[in-house]
Amino acid sequence: MTTLTSPYAPPIQPSRWKLIRGYLRRNKSLLAGLLILLFLILFTLTGLFIVEPKHAFPLSVRTKQPPGLLDFGIENWPGKLPLGSDFFGRDMYAAMVRGMWQTALIGVLSGAAGTLIGVVLGFTSAYFGGLFDTIIKGICQILTPIPVFMIQIIIASSLDKRDVTIFTMAGIVVMLAWMAPTLVIRSQVLSMKERQFVSVAKLSGVGNGGIIFGEIMPNLLPFIAAAFVSQVFNGVFSSFYLAIVGLGPLREPLLGNIIWAAQSQGAFFNGWWWWPILPAFAMVLILSSLALINMGMDELANPRIRKTE
Amino acid sequence: MSAILQVRDLQVSYYTDLGRATALNRVNLDLQAGEKLGLVGESGSGKSTMALAMMRMIKAPGRIESGSVDVDGVDLMSLSEEEMRLARLSRIAYIPQGAMNSLNPVMRIGAQMVDAIRAHVPNMSKDAMITRAKDSLESVDLKRNVFDMYAHELSGGMKQRVCIAIGILLKPKVIIADEPTSALDVVTQRQVMETIDRVQKEIGTAVILIGHDMGLMAQFVDKVAVMYAGRLTEVSTVRDMFGAPMHPYAQALIKSLPNLKNKGVFSGIPGLAPSLLRIPTGCAFHPRCMQAMEGCKTIVPEVKDHSGRLVACHLYTEGA
Amino acid sequence: MRIRLILRRISFLIMVIWAASTITFFIPRLSDRNPIRERFAELARTGGFSASDLETIVASYNKKFGLDKPLLEQYTDYIGSIAQLDLGVSLNRFPKTVLEIVMESLPWTIALLFVSSILSFIIGNLLGAIAAWPKSPSWMRSIATPFVLFMGVPPVLLAIFLLFLLAFKLKLFPLGQAYSTGIAPDWTISFLLNVMWHQMLPAISLILGSVGGWVLSMRGMGVTIQGEDYVNFAEHKGLQGGVIFRDYYLRNAMLPQVTGFALALGSIITSGAVVEGLYALPGLGSKLSQAISSNDFLVIYGIVLFITMSVATLMVLVEFLYPLLDPRIKTD
Repeated sequence: MTTLTSPYAPPIQPSRWKLIRGYLRRNKSLLAGLLILLFLILFTLTGLFIVEPKHAFPLSVRTKQPPGLLDFGIENWPGKLPLGSDFFGRDMYAAMVRGMWQTALIGVLSGAAGTLIGVVLGFTSAYFGGLFDTIIKGICQILTPIPVFMIQIIIASSLDKRDVTIFTMAGIVVMLAWMAPTLVIRSQVLSMKERQFVSVAKLSGVGNGGIIFGEIMPNLLPFIAAAFVSQVFNGVFSSFYLAIVGLGPLREPLLGNIIWAAQSQGAFFNGWWWWPILPAFAMVLILSSLALINMGMDELANPRIRKTE
Repeated sequence: MSAILQVRDLQVSYYTDLGRATALNRVNLDLQAGEKLGLVGESGSGKSTMALAMMRMIKAPGRIESGSVDVDGVDLMSLSEEEMRLARLSRIAYIPQGAMNSLNPVMRIGAQMVDAIRAHVPNMSKDAMITRAKDSLESVDLKRNVFDMYAHELSGGMKQRVCIAIGILLKPKVIIADEPTSALDVVTQRQVMETIDRVQKEIGTAVILIGHDMGLMAQFVDKVAVMYAGRLTEVSTVRDMFGAPMHPYAQALIKSLPNLKNKGVFSGIPGLAPSLLRIPTGCAFHPRCMQAMEGCKTIVPEVKDHSGRLVACHLYTEGA
Repeated sequence: MRIRLILRRISFLIMVIWAASTITFFIPRLSDRNPIRERFAELARTGGFSASDLETIVASYNKKFGLDKPLLEQYTDYIGSIAQLDLGVSLNRFPKTVLEIVMESLPWTIALLFVSSILSFIIGNLLGAIAAWPKSPSWMRSIATPFVLFMGVPPVLLAIFLLFLLAFKLKLFPLGQAYSTGIAPDWTISFLLNVMWHQMLPAISLILGSVGGWVLSMRGMGVTIQGEDYVNFAEHKGLQGGVIFRDYYLRNAMLPQVTGFALALGSIITSGAVVEGLYALPGLGSKLSQAISSNDFLVIYGIVLFITMSVATLMVLVEFLYPLLDPRIKTD
């Protein structure tokens, strides 16, 4: 709902900050998502300063140490690892910090690339139509029933595991993730093309470039932003799935990789529960914050949802 | 003669963020058995609210504040939820405005009639229900095989007839038809109105016909009631209403109807219908009224009987 | 009319399967290394199998991806063998064919995924419909909320937490495997109960992880449907609340959800495969992750292709079912 000021009230323009605060109070899922994200960013950033980077890799600390945070005896403290260590002798804290940093990198890279491809393809396809539109639509239609993850498995398993980096991970994810944003942008542009402000601009002699960047783009921004967030979600999600079945960059402590390694060493059977649980918990936080932001963005981009709540 | 429908002091408000909107303001109305009343007024004047209130179907944020609706001696407002459910369709039926979408697209027409019967007469035999439904379809000039059809296989006029057939299934005492012809073409409008007319004569119910189209209405109803800003302004017979309307608003409405004499001249009513959130004091019509007097701005005119015609206007009250 | 529609859907299905086969054919060849050749070199080094076995595999390998023929011919051969459901042989478990591996693990996957996805679909849609229905009591409406919170969490993560809480801490359920070690699979009640006990956690994680999505989409749909004229008119007709809910509201709100189910099949199978792998159940998912970790490429490609074909086929089947639910479809 929008706030309506009474026509008799003195026209005070509330500050930008106040408006944002007011909006966030109403859009609770956006607020919650942003708060979780802020916490994750703080955790990762402080971690990057505190931890010894090489402790994120095998044979750097004593193996199989339970989390020190659970140990309340002060006298034991010096030398304890706050989040414990794994079977390979990685400091879990260092590994988590690095893993989250890399997850963020994959998410942002694949999100940006996927959105860019989606916007360009969706735009060209909808705005110029014709054969190009038919081809794009056809490809999207045929690829829809094919489970994306399966194709990603094929791609990832065709690569030499020693060469796989987080950049190749982002690449694999993007290769099959452009369909969704393409279709969203395409349908939005199609409906905007029919709206009055575009026809008026056309009739008054504004060229294609002027219409695209002056008229349609500004109206498309909320959708692009929403597409970006869902692409980031998608990138994080897909790369996590690939990593958890053992197709991640094996040397990197990507969160999915840690869980895969823990599970293949029988972490629960051996009682090392913190090994899979910590990265799983971090992953839950990352994915829920992105999902919440996504829901909030939907509301932002699609005012009709606002009314029903 | 006691009326089959007696509406007393009916008041409905909507509670919005911007305040309380009075959509229906202390309305009184009587209807004799077999009588046909046309309820007219601009959009937002409270016609549909009145219909929904009589069905007790006002939904949040709306609320029926007060009043009674007697149908055949039973006050609907005093019934329990379950009793009211049983009263719908069997005592008072409603034929909806948007007949285009009023039928369930995934159920056969027959199933939508049978479930209505079963909801009221659960121990009737299945065969009897089917026969009753098919008879009802036939009485609105539809073939009996419409029973086995789906809504998307019917034209707009046929769907509207199905709604009428459902409305008369249980031979209610009062039928409210809310703009039953609004989405139909002119020829179909006429046919549907004739159907309502004939069915009404057959089962002898009272009918309230809600609509904008004064011309169409004039040919089918006995009495016309004019609403403005949630109040009744005038209730007269068709002849009186069209011949010599008394309330200035009714006069303006009649004058705005096109006819051959004033061909090419478009006469609307100056001004805008008031927002229900800010109904003018006194007579709600006074800001737009050519004959407004000083008293009209402050004193709400009561509905008075002028030799059989009910009018709420200070022009006709002495000493105002 | 009907027949033309069916033919169109079937040709679409063939297109999808062709596209999937083409992808699985070309992608491995696009990378500059040849994983299969490397695999052979590795196997030959470690002496995994005898020389005669090697020859047979190389023969079948040449038939499948043979480098001696021109690319186009290889491609047509490959498509031809796919059409005969010949998915090749396993490198690690020679002479087992990929199809045999698929067939022995398929019943496990079907049992788990069928039960969990249908249950989740029913629970989710019912809760969503109740949550959107203005007359439902508020306690019933609030049941849906916790499920919605799980929505962004993939089932495999729920599976890890369930393992930790219910299996590791409380020891209510086993830590994995399809049945307890030491008992032989047969058709006795005690064995079946043992299997069900092992399938509980995987099923619960799959259900919990997907119910929220159905709740949310159904709630959105329900808000739209309850404003429809026919729902209002049903109330004017004096129908009982339950009848309106079931026949007028739920039945209409379900229609788009069925399409949603068809579209979700891919992610259902994906998360099913990953969860199976985590619990080391003998289904397709575990076979896939085993093949991945042991570089058994033909098994990877075969299982992927099989899953893709099944998803596409199921989608088309659901579409054929759709006219039974929505009478409007038949005429156009």
